[in-house]
Amino acid sequence: MTANHSTVPVLPDGLVIVVKRECETCRMVVPVIAHLRESGAVVNLYVQDDPTFPDGMDVVHDADLSVSWHHDIETVPTVMRVSNGVEVERTVGWVRDEWERVTGVSGLGPDLPTFRPGCGSLSVDPDLVDRLRVRFGGSVLSARRVDVADLEDEFEAMFDRGWTDGLPVVPPTEQRVMRMLQGTTRAPSDVVAVVPPDLVEVTVEKIAINAVMAGCKPEYLPWVIAGVEAVCNDTFNIHGVLATTMPVGPVIVCNGPGTRAIGMNSGMNVFGQGNRANLTIGRAIQLVIRNVGGGRPGEVDRATHGNPGKISFCFAEDEIGSPWTSLATSRGVAPDTDALTVFPGEGPRCVVDQLARDPESLTNTFAACLRTLHNPKSVLAFDVIVVMGPEHARVYADAGWDRERVLEELHARLQIPGDELVRGAHGIAEGVPERLRGVTLPKFRPGGILLVHAGGGAGLFSAIIGGWANGEVGSQPVTMTVTR
Amino acid sequence: MTGTMSVVNTNNTVLLDPTNERRVATMERVGRPESLRGLTVGLLDISKARGDVFIDRLEERLSEMGADVRRYKKPTFTKPAPVDLRHEIATYCQVVIEALAD
Repeated sequence: MTANHSTVPVLPDGLVIVVKRECETCRMVVPVIAHLRESGAVVNLYVQDDPTFPDGMDVVHDADLSVSWHHDIETVPTVMRVSNGVEVERTVGWVRDEWERVTGVSGLGPDLPTFRPGCGSLSVDPDLVDRLRVRFGGSVLSARRVDVADLEDEFEAMFDRGWTDGLPVVPPTEQRVMRMLQGTTRAPSDVVAVVPPDLVEVTVEKIAINAVMAGCKPEYLPWVIAGVEAVCNDTFNIHGVLATTMPVGPVIVCNGPGTRAIGMNSGMNVFGQGNRANLTIGRAIQLVIRNVGGGRPGEVDRATHGNPGKISFCFAEDEIGSPWTSLATSRGVAPDTDALTVFPGEGPRCVVDQLARDPESLTNTFAACLRTLHNPKSVLAFDVIVVMGPEHARVYADAGWDRERVLEELHARLQIPGDELVRGAHGIAEGVPERLRGVTLPKFRPGGILLVHAGGGAGLFSAIIGGWANGEVGSQPVTMTVTR
Repeated sequence: MTGTMSVVNTNNTVLLDPTNERRVATMERVGRPESLRGLTVGLLDISKARGDVFIDRLEERLSEMGADVRRYKKPTFTKPAPVDLRHEIATYCQVVIEALAD
């Protein structure tokens, strides 16, 4: 399709100097370059912008910046000494001692200051670098190229091909995908996971393409990769989470300093609109399941209602303001480590208690609300995330209750007599078999309540996120560390 | 408008395919048998609640019709049938019925 631009141009032996007219330091060292040539040194002079610069001198125009790109020129002027085609010395900017050392010629630029910094190379110019990366590095991408005609609307073309979740996506051009791949140290060809339902291997490259479409920045990519890996395994069982008639989808809870570095929201409106990282990381994971795994609504996805979080449901825990250890730490990850936990969850709903000032009363409210999860008479089948708002958490913090105490007290209040749960009790046909009358049953299995601290600083509210069939027969929450 | 305006594609957008780039293999179903008499019929219970009630009744009816019935069960309804189970059914049965109730 296009010529192979990835061949590294060999540097000629002698001195290689790279300059551009636009750079004041380059203009300042012109007499030095002339002096080097007069002294008998072999000077191969490359100019990036203007082939008539320096006036009257014999230069090579690095018009496509191939030499600059392949030899990692970040600053002009750059001086290199090359022997047998191999660079053996290099200096950048103007530092008289360094120039004399690299060139082996003394007495350079006696009228110049001893030091002046150089300028940015055109090959790292932010306006050009994406194009150059494609031109010289594009061959690392193996995805099929899809041409969109000039007269075709590219956004409509992507809808037509079934690539979107119903919202517009960012066109995954080579430039954007190459830029996205800068967010990870992993090779584009690395296989991350096998994605259900079609059980297809997904590479870092395919994840990057879908991350572009979702609207991610490159620094989000490691979180998307970890999320894809966390859901695509037999433990989390994204196949079942996708196929079920229940409304659940993967809920992604992010922990660690990286959440703050990429600007994730753990505070006000934490589940809502407005934060790019929260929304696009979750969306990218869902697009991978759709586009690579083939998991589409109405096909393998059989949800009766679904929920809006199936477009994206991803947020960070507020660790700075939390009185407790983080969710990830409670699940075995070292403190201050970037990690995410995936949970098969429905939409969040609000727990209101504006009068509780003591932990017992507040715990009674939580227990009463949690009791109704999915059905007041359902027990043991589902896990839950309790997202404690800061004003509720403060009640516990003031009373000295740690994470373990809160969970212990919640579980203690959610032991339910079988008489209230059997089929027909309270005039409700749903329920447990009659033989369990007289037996006390817990609403949640041990470890079935996941506690997270997040939300805005004002409001005596919290949220609960109901789960799906738990344990080995269904889906287990999975926690995975995030590495760049 | 004059005739000088060009509509030739000179700089069209090139996108990278986000899908798995696979063509799904389609498999033909075998022909419907005239009769079930003497055939081996697999009954696959997907492990949903009360699926066994339905499949018990199917087994009764099929046995009356002279079919040789074999029962199979997935470990859990939330995951695809394990490959070994699928292979066993394909090896022994000429007909399979997958059924659930809820």
